[in-house]
Amino acid sequence: MVQFTPQPHDKPDDPGYEERLVAFEARVARGDKVEPGDWMPLDYRKQLIRLIQVHANSEICGALPEGAWIPHAPSLQRKLALVAKVQDEVGHAQLLYRAAETLGKPREELIQELIDGKAKFSNVFHYPAETWADVCVIAWLIDAAAIVNQTMMAEGSYGPYSRALKRICYEEAFHLTHGYDMCITLATGTKMQRDMLQDAVSRWWKPIMMFHGPSDKESKHTVQLMRWRIKLKTNDEQRQIFLKKYVPKMFNLGLKVPEEWDLRLDEETGKWLYNEPDWAEFISVVRGNGPVSEQRLRTRRLAHEHGLWVREALEAAAGGRPVPMPTAQRNRVAVEN
Amino acid sequence: MSDTQWTVYEVFHQQARGEPHVHVGSVHAPDAESGLILAKEQFGRRQACVNMWVVRADAITASAYADADIFQHGTDKSYREAFGYETTRRAREIGDSQEI
Repeated sequence: MVQFTPQPHDKPDDPGYEERLVAFEARVARGDKVEPGDWMPLDYRKQLIRLIQVHANSEICGALPEGAWIPHAPSLQRKLALVAKVQDEVGHAQLLYRAAETLGKPREELIQELIDGKAKFSNVFHYPAETWADVCVIAWLIDAAAIVNQTMMAEGSYGPYSRALKRICYEEAFHLTHGYDMCITLATGTKMQRDMLQDAVSRWWKPIMMFHGPSDKESKHTVQLMRWRIKLKTNDEQRQIFLKKYVPKMFNLGLKVPEEWDLRLDEETGKWLYNEPDWAEFISVVRGNGPVSEQRLRTRRLAHEHGLWVREALEAAAGGRPVPMPTAQRNRVAVEN
Repeated sequence: MSDTQWTVYEVFHQQARGEPHVHVGSVHAPDAESGLILAKEQFGRRQACVNMWVVRADAITASAYADADIFQHGTDKSYREAFGYETTRRAREIGDSQEI
């Protein structure tokens, strides 16, 4: 079965739910993968749709600030790489929307909910990319944080999501390498370049520390998500993996983390300690109250409108009707960083 | 004698849950359901298989081998690959000896 099929008795009060749930959880605990035609608890389906949708939306919204910087890339080489990265990210969203669709939510609905501001996207893309160094920091540290999350999720229990993530992780490896490459260039460059990089790291550190989501003490979904092997590591565990690998690299580049975080290594446990981020602020940001939340959605809407003629032309051509030509107005490109 | 020159179904099998479905061959069958039975007999006997698809061969639109050059890059596209960068060497030079 390739597509979603409604499954009976998938809600806690349904007859036979308990027995099915026990069998399902036993399978998942064995590391067995769940495929679209299988019985699964309604809540498993809903949680997965929610996560995959947020992930897909984040790929789209992440491409917006990067896309805006394409005309301003400092060299042809960097421009080519950035174009390729943006193309990859938008492609990832397409893979993910398809994976979410196998759980019964149509792609059109997933796309529309983002445009209407009803669906969330990653906290980090609610902040502006003010300088070229921001693009470098996003490509290195935010992609690094995303890779920690995605390589973990790729081992998760849902087959279609897991397959999509494996492909995505391969492409992310290029983004990460190129991101580090760009940061090395700035960090070993002129004083102006080094200052620009430090300024970007200082502004992005808060969203980066929040990237993996609320602390385990506050995360309401974690226990269930881990029991169903949708997630294999808690938010704090993912954050530690990220810090452990990348903070030494940042220090090696001569970069500093703003002092108010009091970031320090506990030599005994090997864990990084820090002042806890303001999780109420995180929740407010992902609900659409971030510095550029509105701007992101505006750009997304404009892009969707500008793409209308392509969708219409494809449908007309497939139906043997004359293909309408785009107007100059519709072709206008929106650029907001 | 009955004519068994039925529709061709292309067969895809999945070795384990979570793995992609892989094309393994094709069968002739009067309908999809019997295509699945025949595919199981033909391709499901030895290798591990947890799921099988049959798809009408005429439902597949394929590119032409003569057009294989459409997949060739006109220019060097190594900038799209991690291996297209000498970042590891650059990292080593500035004292980062860990995996990048």
